[in-house]
Amino acid sequence: MNHSLLMAILILAPFVGFLINGARYKKHSGNVAGSIATVAVAISFISAILLVVDLISMPAEGRRIAVSFFEWMAIDKFKVNAGFVVDQISAIMILVITGVGTLIHLFSIGYMHHDKGVAKYFAYLNLFIFNMLLLVLGDSLLVMFVGWEGVGLCSYLLIGFWFTDKEKAAAGMKAFITNRIGDAAFLLGMFVLFITFGTLNFSELNALAPTVAESTWLGALTLGTLFLFIGATGKSAQIPLYVWLPDAMAGPTPVSALIHAATMVTAGVYMIVRLNPLFIMAPNTMMVIAIIGAATAVFAATIGITQNDIKKVLAYSTVSQLGYMFLAVGVGAFGAAMFHLMTHAFFKALMFLGSGSVIHGMHEEQDIRKMGGLKKYMPITHITFVMGWLAIIGTPLFSGFFSKDEILAYAFHSPMGSPILWAAGVVGATLTAFYMTRLMALTFWGKSRVSPDVHPHESSAIMTIPLIILAILSVFAGWIGVPHVIGEHLGHMPNFWEHWLHPMISPIPGWTAIDHTTEWVLMGCSVGLATVSAIVAYQFYVKSPETPKKIAESIKPVYNLVNNKYFVDEAYFGGIINPLINLSKNTWYYIDVNFIDKMTFWAGDLVRGMGSFVRSVQTGNMQQYAMYIGIGVVVALSFVIMR
Amino acid sequence: MILSSIVFLPLLFALLIAIWPKANTIRHLALGLSLIEFLVSLSIFKHFDASATGLQLVEKFMWIERFGIQYFMGIDGISLWLVLLTTFLTPIIILASWTSITERIKGFHVCMFILQTAMLGTFLAMDAIFFYVFWELSLVPMYFMVGIWGGARRIYATVKFFIYTMAGSVLMLVAIIYMMYLTQEATGQMSASLLDFYKLQIPFVGGTFFSLQTLLFFAFALAFAIKVPAFPVHTWLPDAHVEAPTPGSVILAGVMLKMGTYGFMRWVIPLFPEASEYWAWLFMLIGTVGIIYGALVAMVQPDVKKLVAYSSVSHMGYILLGLFAFNAYGMGGGLYQMLNHGISTGALFILIGMIYERTHSREISKYGGLAGVLPIFTIFFFIITLSSIAVPMTNGFVGEFFILLGTYQANPVFAYFAVSGVVLGAVYMLWMFKRVFFGEQGELVKDEHHPLHDLNAREIAVLVPMVIMVFWMGLFPNHFLNYSKASIDYLVNNRSNYNLTIVQPGAVDVTHAQGEN
Repeated sequence: MNHSLLMAILILAPFVGFLINGARYKKHSGNVAGSIATVAVAISFISAILLVVDLISMPAEGRRIAVSFFEWMAIDKFKVNAGFVVDQISAIMILVITGVGTLIHLFSIGYMHHDKGVAKYFAYLNLFIFNMLLLVLGDSLLVMFVGWEGVGLCSYLLIGFWFTDKEKAAAGMKAFITNRIGDAAFLLGMFVLFITFGTLNFSELNALAPTVAESTWLGALTLGTLFLFIGATGKSAQIPLYVWLPDAMAGPTPVSALIHAATMVTAGVYMIVRLNPLFIMAPNTMMVIAIIGAATAVFAATIGITQNDIKKVLAYSTVSQLGYMFLAVGVGAFGAAMFHLMTHAFFKALMFLGSGSVIHGMHEEQDIRKMGGLKKYMPITHITFVMGWLAIIGTPLFSGFFSKDEILAYAFHSPMGSPILWAAGVVGATLTAFYMTRLMALTFWGKSRVSPDVHPHESSAIMTIPLIILAILSVFAGWIGVPHVIGEHLGHMPNFWEHWLHPMISPIPGWTAIDHTTEWVLMGCSVGLATVSAIVAYQFYVKSPETPKKIAESIKPVYNLVNNKYFVDEAYFGGIINPLINLSKNTWYYIDVNFIDKMTFWAGDLVRGMGSFVRSVQTGNMQQYAMYIGIGVVVALSFVIMR
Repeated sequence: MILSSIVFLPLLFALLIAIWPKANTIRHLALGLSLIEFLVSLSIFKHFDASATGLQLVEKFMWIERFGIQYFMGIDGISLWLVLLTTFLTPIIILASWTSITERIKGFHVCMFILQTAMLGTFLAMDAIFFYVFWELSLVPMYFMVGIWGGARRIYATVKFFIYTMAGSVLMLVAIIYMMYLTQEATGQMSASLLDFYKLQIPFVGGTFFSLQTLLFFAFALAFAIKVPAFPVHTWLPDAHVEAPTPGSVILAGVMLKMGTYGFMRWVIPLFPEASEYWAWLFMLIGTVGIIYGALVAMVQPDVKKLVAYSSVSHMGYILLGLFAFNAYGMGGGLYQMLNHGISTGALFILIGMIYERTHSREISKYGGLAGVLPIFTIFFFIITLSSIAVPMTNGFVGEFFILLGTYQANPVFAYFAVSGVVLGAVYMLWMFKRVFFGEQGELVKDEHHPLHDLNAREIAVLVPMVIMVFWMGLFPNHFLNYSKASIDYLVNNRSNYNLTIVQPGAVDVTHAQGEN
């Protein structure tokens, strides 16, 4: 089929779904609304497959399908088309978005079944897919920005979906505004790049990237990429703008799976990979990215240990895993970042949907302290969740293992990396194994702490089938990117992933091949520590549940600090938001009302005063006038004489 | 004759309404007439040449020979969209005030049409005195609109409105007269024609305030800055808006504020190029301060109408910033933002009017949970909110993006500060949206004695054209920008010796095609 038609179907099918469900917003039938929405995304998925099949059949060099529909914005030299491109990078994204998206839509039919606003829910979900596709397919930063803000908007709508709850509405607002801070930086990044290179088109920008790295901090390239990275920290929940993501869990759980785990939050990583020839020439930016990524990976993981809400644990875990992706990007491992993006999309979507299944089966209970032993009530949810757990803690041969260890290898060996970054990554991996095992133990294993009036039950097939598919992907998806060091022991299995992305990824300057012994040692370290950590967590939370409480008690100040998420929200409120509100109230009161207005009326009074003085002179009294004349004559005469 | 008909038809309509015998059909008549006016204004496109830089559809007759005052009208890419904005908004305003204006219906519609003539005349007049007449004429119906159909503190508001605008206008009149003498000195024949003004070489000395061009520049700039309104002469606006009836607010925000920014484009920048250039930093500063100041103050307003009024201060700050960037992005974005603001803020005032008709309150704290009760109203309000906070694919984004891009090119420091408006805009709008539409139902919303009804067909008909414009202008900005491109490019490239000519119908505009670089 014609490429522009396919592209149009790919992008517009979810939009049509949005319009249909949007028009039926008052309808309550979840099955009808859900079917419309799911079919819409499935159509997109099929178009995406057809496009990618065509893409694969093209020769490796010049492998891209580009379609431009119309000229969108143009003034003077600034011209941006509504142009979209499928290439090696966006192909991965569209398959993940529409594929995982279809599964999550399917799951939602079961999950949102008895919600009154179900048609509206599916309308928003479709609108999200539409915007996400704009984001990844856009052939320029500006078209990407359309989707970039669009997904933020849908995220806002879906987080605050149950808007009668003030807290949930506030969480939506927080997400949008935090994202907007990043978006403002994104805009500045676009301005810098446009003024410097005269274009916002990705392929043109990448072609114009200098061949010599820029070493200053205030050079256009460093400044532009840094601004874009700040934009990425908003969307992808990195320090310091990560604060919205944990709150975003107020939305329906499938939304957390789709938007806040698998797709939207990875947009920042994707954007940087898209512009990798530009970023790699700005080593200062790369250093900042790597440090922020590593710091976020560790920081969020520590918070994850102390959370008791099943979704909050997963949320901090997502922040932490996104940190890994930025660490990868920052050390120049763009392929590894994309790889982890994909595997994470599978296993984290799986675990979020799994938590949705748990919450559904527990009748809206989210506190893991009130769970335990759910294994026997929810066998499918349990077993699929186990697959996700094994993947995220990096069990050898599971998907997360390949992607995470590739990142760690690069962090250690890349000229842009350092042993410190690697160590941070390993610490993060160890913490991840701990809190994920804790989550498993408290939710599924050990003794049941479920209150007697709750009767947990397994979810229906429409919810478990997506779980099973995602579990399979979580286990095996890593096999398309097996590193050579392992591949050579598996019948010389090639690294398909690296091969596929190779033409799109800039080589790291000064890269030398990593020797196999080092690679084995690094792998051994991270796997070994993660295993130990998982075993300790299992001992703590299944065998002797009193131990962690005692430990928490003995280091109370530290525990409180972490349990309260390092008081970052409080600091933002006390240090920025409240002062800003007070400043606004004071400027309004003192400047507008009490200064400018007073001045105006003072000026008015002055004029009036002068008027009334002149009026008082004109009395109509002849004698008075005669006197004025007399005085006037005397004054005039004396003036003449005095000269 | 097209421009004359466009300007003076509404005046004729006002007369017709004044003598119309049946009180109960005045609204229908007024709506019909305003639609006729809109259709007539569309006929401009039949004759308008988008590639020409000069004045088109010119009508020019000597009016007062001794002073060189002419009946002189013309249109170009700068005024074109402002004229259409005016004729587009008028029927919408009349339909929106269908039930909110209940007293002196005849007088109200007469005011409305006189106001329309005054505004259109302001955009089309090319003779300084002729322009000044329309400029001042627009004050009178507005004064009555606020003073008669306004709220409780309407007298205070009208007085404040008058003091401010008159103070500015008087200085401008002095400057106009002075410039007429300058034309006499230069050519021997006194003229008030704007085209003759453009040809003047007014001496400019940098570094001092007391240079002739600088003084004239500030006389004009102050009048326009008050109208915009720019910080710190903005404080008349919130009061005027709060006290004005809905249609008054819509006209004020939708069109009258643009008379100020249009004044900068048509008068200040081309007439006083050196002074504009020299003082650009001041106006960019004023614009930037306005963006941030307006947004901050909007954030803490307890009255939703006042919030939108302060948001206007913020949005108009963007326009000023863009115009004084002196490049195609800033100017084009600025012009575009004038239209956007007319649509989005106009629609916001209409929406606020609709809810006020139902509850008789605009206090944010008394609302809450409205989304559950009035879903259709909520959808419209949300779409307009998106336009106001400049989400891509809505009109607001195009304008804001180009303004900020132009500002960055001209002076990145201002762009760094101005971009904070992108965040603050979302803060005050979404925070308000949350408190009004989300959360538990507020006292006005759950009041069982006065159950709220969602929008009726008439109200939807009022809002649909606005929403169409939001997306049309957001998705296909070139449909609009292409008509203004030639005029803006000419202004940007030739502002130091701006020499607008009259395009003869059918003739190709050769001189300026060469003048451009």
